[in-house]
Amino acid sequence: MKKEFSILIGGAAGEGTRMSGQLIGKLLNQYGWRIFIYEDYQSLITGGHNFSIIRASQERISASTEKIDYLIALNEETFLKHKSRLRQDGIIIYNSDQIKNEKGIGIAALTITTQLGGKPIMKNSSLLGALGKVLGIEWQAIEDLLKREFGAKAELNLKIARAGFDLAKENQKIEKLNQKPLPLITGNEAVALGALKAGLESYISYPMTPASSILHYLAAVNQDLKNLVVFQPENEIEVINAAIGSAFAGKRTMLGSSGGGFALMVEAMSLAGQSETPIVVVESQRPGPATGLPTYTAQGDLLFVLSCGHGDFMRFVVVPGDAEEAFYLTGLAMNMAWKYQLPAIVLIDKEISEDTFNLDESVLEKVEKKEGKLWDKKGEYKRYLDTKDGISPLAFPGESGIVVKGTSYEHDEAGITLEESETDIKKMQDKRLRKHKALEEEVKKIESIKIFGNKNSDKAIIVFGSVKGAAIELGKEMNIKVIQPLIFQPFPKEKMREAISGVKKIITIEENATAQLAQFLSGQGVKVDDSILKYTGRPFFIEELREELKKKL
Amino acid sequence: MNKTNLDLPTKNTWCPGCGNFGILQAIKNAISILEQKGVKKENFVLTTGIGCHAKIVDYININTFYGLHGRALAAAVGIKIGNPNLKVLTCSGDGDSYNEGISHLVYAAKRNIDLTMMIHDNRNFALTTGQYSATSPRGFKGRSTPEGSQESAFNPLELMLASGATFIARGYTAKIDHLTNLIVQAVEHKGFSFIDILDPCVAWFNTYEDYNKRVYELKDNNLLSKEDAIKRMWEWDYNNGGKIAIGVFYKIEKPAFDVEVNSGIVKIDNIDNKIKEILAKKI
Repeated sequence: MKKEFSILIGGAAGEGTRMSGQLIGKLLNQYGWRIFIYEDYQSLITGGHNFSIIRASQERISASTEKIDYLIALNEETFLKHKSRLRQDGIIIYNSDQIKNEKGIGIAALTITTQLGGKPIMKNSSLLGALGKVLGIEWQAIEDLLKREFGAKAELNLKIARAGFDLAKENQKIEKLNQKPLPLITGNEAVALGALKAGLESYISYPMTPASSILHYLAAVNQDLKNLVVFQPENEIEVINAAIGSAFAGKRTMLGSSGGGFALMVEAMSLAGQSETPIVVVESQRPGPATGLPTYTAQGDLLFVLSCGHGDFMRFVVVPGDAEEAFYLTGLAMNMAWKYQLPAIVLIDKEISEDTFNLDESVLEKVEKKEGKLWDKKGEYKRYLDTKDGISPLAFPGESGIVVKGTSYEHDEAGITLEESETDIKKMQDKRLRKHKALEEEVKKIESIKIFGNKNSDKAIIVFGSVKGAAIELGKEMNIKVIQPLIFQPFPKEKMREAISGVKKIITIEENATAQLAQFLSGQGVKVDDSILKYTGRPFFIEELREELKKKL
Repeated sequence: MNKTNLDLPTKNTWCPGCGNFGILQAIKNAISILEQKGVKKENFVLTTGIGCHAKIVDYININTFYGLHGRALAAAVGIKIGNPNLKVLTCSGDGDSYNEGISHLVYAAKRNIDLTMMIHDNRNFALTTGQYSATSPRGFKGRSTPEGSQESAFNPLELMLASGATFIARGYTAKIDHLTNLIVQAVEHKGFSFIDILDPCVAWFNTYEDYNKRVYELKDNNLLSKEDAIKRMWEWDYNNGGKIAIGVFYKIEKPAFDVEVNSGIVKIDNIDNKIKEILAKKI
């Protein structure tokens, strides 16, 4: 029995292959397989070439293989580009309206669809039906899925799917695994839900791939929830200043962008630091510099994010490596931002944002909304009261009998501009430094670094973000240690020191051109021996990373 | 006139004779009047950008947010959508909102968010020692343009009319009662209220004498007519001579963004269940 297999479905942009990929994922999910879906598309609306790779495994996964077992080609370009990926016993299911005389299973997808009275986009259903038959999936499972997904529109799709199902032959029956299906979710959706769990009240964002789908998703779920303000302002500078205003008014507020949009925001990151206003920023990386490769992935903003904004202030920076981590680390970022009254950053990348992962619902228990230190309504109120732990009680405009003064200037405890007294200027900066120290101490007590693979190995790879998926698989396979920091600021130095104790060789694996993780780690006293870098916009696939690791280890 | 104490004991660092004193007084007067009309003091929030205007937050005892240069309005928009019950006032300068932050001004007007925008229009960058700004007349001699600026001023009132502002007015710091009345009307207007305040700068561009000769108060103009408003706005283009009207030029009703964006918003007690429902559909 196969332990895993992969299906690539591709076509022109606008042909609906992404939706098809999701349906295939759900179908296999119902059979107990664990799913990871990689999305590859370009910065255009129609034409071009889009594809999804649905990888099904008996175990949890969050990476793709280059080799595939099934190729579903809606057009010739897909066939030509990807046929070399097929394993020896691989099977091609192709749209015979566009591709002629190939070995495999030809389905005249458009002809069938048109004859049955469907719209061209529905041709995907015929190919889904054919795939289902090849894999020996019961018709009932396909019917249930399409009914659930399409509701009133299911009937026509069912007819089209059935036609494809009947035209194909069962070939490689997959087993129904004795595992409960787990929800399938993109990292952006997980970020959105994690924020909601931690009390999100407002999401403010200007569109930018690959962060835009957080905006779309929250706007969509809010049609039912109706508990959020979702706001798309005129530019990123308004986004972050409005988010700071919204938080100053007492609302738990998040915003999202990619590197270019975030670059426009960094002056106001410093404002959030100085005015001690809690905000959560989601930065989903794509390759730069500048516009770079808008729809592809990178990890090139690590050093930028860690030092964004002028002056001395701390950001709380988390870097999730899959959807579950995206869920609870966003929740953590929200709670920490409000507890320590500072900006928090959730640093993700296109693969976290747009790929689809399984999510174990038990992760919901890891996030609860925690209130910050609220004013006890006794005595005089000072927004920047000098306290032992550096955290001043929060109150918001509208509270009777007090005034709340937030400010970008250096200020006294009441929030009045301070320029003369050096003693007071130092006192206020020291207050904020104590707060940073308190956060540093708290980070020591929570999970900040994960270790996978052989924990006793004297060889370790250190990764962050979405590279985690491929690294864990190969770490296990090659019997080496895999270290994944989750929190980058304040950095858990001591935990990292423990993690690398006894390790003789350290390699970082990064999706950037200048080994930013290795540079960062060297500043934390960790000597990295070598780095494996990829900067083509595509993530590491298992096979290529295996070869690279073999060379370096 | 002050019923509650709006004063703060901070040292004022505006130049003697600065027009900003008049604006500070008019805002305090307006808040007192509005308090008498039932607005609670704690519901006022004043935001500013950076410049001479912005020092006002240190001189008035109400909630304030002292933001970044050009972003006075950006923060104000966030505060208002965060809590639509607040009465949000923004003080900004010509450099702050006609130069650096002009996009926010255009969009706040476009979306008709219910707040009051007051521009301390001294027609130069004063705190950075007198460079030309968006409303400096052509030929303005400042430290960056010793031979005179080569750009014409624009007319902010026209810009606001084109952007969709629903309350457009001009005031003058030397006419405090008139300005007080404008601010009260602006706060009471449900939508984006804009007041360009002629604000002579005694240090770099002292226009008192000039304004005193040319300023007149609008009377009986048709506030609903764009044509009338434009005619009055065109009397002076912020460059050369002509009569300078003060008062309300234009006032119409339109739905306010902060109300619309918050309409139907509810608190969810058990978000956990909702998230579980969402996930159940993703199997």
